[in-house]
Amino acid sequence: MSVLAAAVDTSVSLGTVEAVTFWILGPLALLGALGMVFSRNAVHSALFLVVTMLCLGVFYVVQEAPFLGAVQIIVYTGAIMILFLFVLMLVGRDSSDSVIETLRGQRVAATVLGIGFAGLVGAGIAEATRDTAATGLDAVQGGDVNNIEAIAALLFTRYLLAFEVTSALLITAAVGAMVLAHVQREPGTRRSQKELSKARFLTDRPGTLNGPGVFARGNSVAAPALLPDGRYAEESFATGIDPQEIDQLPRPGGRRQLGSPDDALGTLEGTPSGVPGGFGGGNLDEGENQR
Amino acid sequence: MTLSHYLVLAAILFTVGAVGVLVRRNAIVVFMCVELMLNSVNLTLVTFARASGTVDGQIIAFFVMVVAAAEVVVGLAIIMSIYRTRRSASVDDANLLKY
Repeated sequence: MSVLAAAVDTSVSLGTVEAVTFWILGPLALLGALGMVFSRNAVHSALFLVVTMLCLGVFYVVQEAPFLGAVQIIVYTGAIMILFLFVLMLVGRDSSDSVIETLRGQRVAATVLGIGFAGLVGAGIAEATRDTAATGLDAVQGGDVNNIEAIAALLFTRYLLAFEVTSALLITAAVGAMVLAHVQREPGTRRSQKELSKARFLTDRPGTLNGPGVFARGNSVAAPALLPDGRYAEESFATGIDPQEIDQLPRPGGRRQLGSPDDALGTLEGTPSGVPGGFGGGNLDEGENQR
Repeated sequence: MTLSHYLVLAAILFTVGAVGVLVRRNAIVVFMCVELMLNSVNLTLVTFARASGTVDGQIIAFFVMVVAAAEVVVGLAIIMSIYRTRRSASVDDANLLKY
């Protein structure tokens, strides 16, 4: 205890470097948290949360817990947030929040409650821990015992039972996730390739549909496919995106660009101008005149 | 700059997470808010470990991370299966146990 008492006098205040780190990354972490709560788009929320978690990881490293800092960045921002993003993409990014309040005034009430709670708890903690000394971990992990060894020495002795129970928890979680996410299909409910093929030949269009951008001189998903006469193929419109008129690259015009591979395909003489993908009627004549 | 700065920051982050749980409707975002609350508690644990001069707090924070990982896996699987039946990830739509 005498060591503690001596430390109170000397080490209440932390170093300047740490203060600078805190005052830069603390507001950043707070901004990330607020951005997560207030952004409409769930993907933006996830990215804001990544910012907050990275800041917290740096805080762990600064506070003499480099192992936890690494675990925070690898496991949390590396694995868990990616899992979140995967599920967001599976569920559909656009299934975002409705703005309608189910309970009237709930948002205002929650905000007031939050500000009050933060004020009370923050002030209470600040008052209660104002003189808390940073004893530091030099006694347990200084010198030739590093952080990981100090954690391991305690984890495999005093916390061994909890550690073993954790393995049971993890395997239960893995099995539980598989049970919940697995879909059992009755045999015979899925249509065979033969049936699908028969059904397709009964429709008007036995061939495959045009993909977006096929035949068009642009590779954006928003670019609809062009039919041979230059019209848009309506089957190729991508779902969820309005078909856009994108800038078409000019087709190489016949003899003027001798040596281009398209010359082997012949010219596009007769293609009406003003058609997307067409090259404008006058081009070829011009070439003829110049020659 | 003292250790209480970290604790106050953790308290504020915890509050932001709690408000998010109350305000947001999307189940996945609600989960993220829960993660934020767990993270802020981890910051508190690490800070107290430093204040007390032992690594016990760090070990507890480590266990919190493990439990959080397991919880996220199961929770996201539940959200997936709810979404499969209802085509919605909103917490307001899953009210079948209401009556």
